[in-house]
Amino acid sequence: MEKRVVFSKLGLPILLVAPQIVITLVFFIWPASQALYQSLLLEDAFGLKSQFVWLDNFIALFSDPHYLNSFARTVVFSAATAGLSLGVALFLAAMADRVLKGATAYRTLIVWPYAVAPAVAGVLWFFMFNPSIGILAYLLKGLGYDWNHYLDGTDAMMLVILAASWKQVSYNFLFFLAGLQAIPRSLVEAAAIDGARPFKRFWTIVFPLLSPTAFFLLVVNIVYAFFDTFGIVHATTSGGPAQSTTILVYKVFNDGFIGLDLGGSAAQSVVLMAVVITLTVFQFRYIERKVAY
Amino acid sequence: MVENRPWLTVFSHVVLCLGVLVTALPIWIAFVASTHPADSMLSGRTPLLPGGNMLENYATVLGSGVKAAGSIPVGTMLWNSFVMALMIAVGKIAISIIAAYAIVYFRFPLRKTCFWVIFITLMLPVEVRILPTFGVVASLDMLNSYWGLSVPLIASATATFLFRQFFLTVPEELAEAARIDGAGPLKFFRDILLPLSRTNIAALFVILFIFGWNQYLWPLLVTTDEGFYTIVMGIQRMLQAEDAEPAWHEIMATSMLAMLPPVLVVVFMQRLFVKGLIEQEK
Repeated sequence: MEKRVVFSKLGLPILLVAPQIVITLVFFIWPASQALYQSLLLEDAFGLKSQFVWLDNFIALFSDPHYLNSFARTVVFSAATAGLSLGVALFLAAMADRVLKGATAYRTLIVWPYAVAPAVAGVLWFFMFNPSIGILAYLLKGLGYDWNHYLDGTDAMMLVILAASWKQVSYNFLFFLAGLQAIPRSLVEAAAIDGARPFKRFWTIVFPLLSPTAFFLLVVNIVYAFFDTFGIVHATTSGGPAQSTTILVYKVFNDGFIGLDLGGSAAQSVVLMAVVITLTVFQFRYIERKVAY
Repeated sequence: MVENRPWLTVFSHVVLCLGVLVTALPIWIAFVASTHPADSMLSGRTPLLPGGNMLENYATVLGSGVKAAGSIPVGTMLWNSFVMALMIAVGKIAISIIAAYAIVYFRFPLRKTCFWVIFITLMLPVEVRILPTFGVVASLDMLNSYWGLSVPLIASATATFLFRQFFLTVPEELAEAARIDGAGPLKFFRDILLPLSRTNIAALFVILFIFGWNQYLWPLLVTTDEGFYTIVMGIQRMLQAEDAEPAWHEIMATSMLAMLPPVLVVVFMQRLFVKGLIEQEK
């Protein structure tokens, strides 16, 4: 879509886009191209000499069991986080869509964790599951399960999944509720008159109509689990114990800033960029389809 | 609804109440922990009801900070977070609204290129380019400054798109009428477009303020001077800076303070918040 009525000046528009273009070039395009370039270099231990090694960094990366392990953990983590937070949010939204009284109050009370920083959310759950003083760890001990995320990798993974999902439910809930409320009542009522029970109505009418929202949220949730959860991992488990919660974003940071492996870290950045680009393209294709409806 | 299923309605309310409880549980526990003295945590289990040490705990963290973590007063960190969030929100809105204006209302060479340069930032979250971005900021001598904290996060494709979409829906007649009346582009922008975008700006501001306040990785990298610590990253220092058992009552008091401003924004500006959130994803 284009405007028919436009102003015909030359200097002014360039002046107006200049701030954003300059910031984008300096802080986005230049660093990203640096990452691309560095991912093809191998630096010696002192950072004095670097050598052009083509794709060696990537080959090293994908033959490194630690990296593959981290990749697998990220997939598990994002699938679990997206699945848990989408499922809970959909269930709650379907319930909230039914009730007439207090729907806004419920929305307010469920939505606010969106405002909590991922790192803070992590710390809260970390505290509740603290093996020596945490209330949930205490309850689990009562049930006969000895929770310890300092030692047990599975416990640590569950901790970060819970914290990440707790925060994300609010966002998904908001979109699901908006999607549910946009579904014409007449469709659901017609089905009810024909004798379809609530459960059947949900799966045969409501859910298919909601699928664009669900699909969009799936992409957003995967992006969230891949990138925004850095704070949760860093503030609580620090990737441990024994790398069991080292997700890819955390590994880029750790190898680059702590391990000072510039080429390897840059190669990891490039892999992550490829992931974001794939997801963004995916999402845009889908949005185009939605517009064509 | 054409049917009446009282039990299903009761069930819905029960499920929603459970959802609200689970949502609130971590905050309640954190609040309770922040009102107890240090030693009541050592008995082996967190208490479930608030204690009597609330004012002392909050006064300690706000005024003098947590000792084992370098004693930066949380008041300073709150101020830093506030400045950073404000700079990011205002900066993003300011540069993207003028960029969107130029792209929609002018025809100039390289217009498409500019559009794509902005668009591509969608695909480069700060996490994937941290090392080189850190290098750029370091070489510009922007470490440990409010500029270093905020400017690299300011460029935003989403805000530019939002304004672009909005400008495209503004009737052509307005621009025509303005031109016939002899208004120049700047006057048109200031007197017509800006007032029309007011709610969009407000909604975006709410979202961006929360986004800025909750930044974690970036402040962690660019601040080494304690005077520039933001509160969200400061909590992590408190957790890991010590060898002994962390001072949970003070950490939880700090967490409460870190959550308070963005949560208040969401609760009290809910209409704007929902609008901003949903429009940003279009």
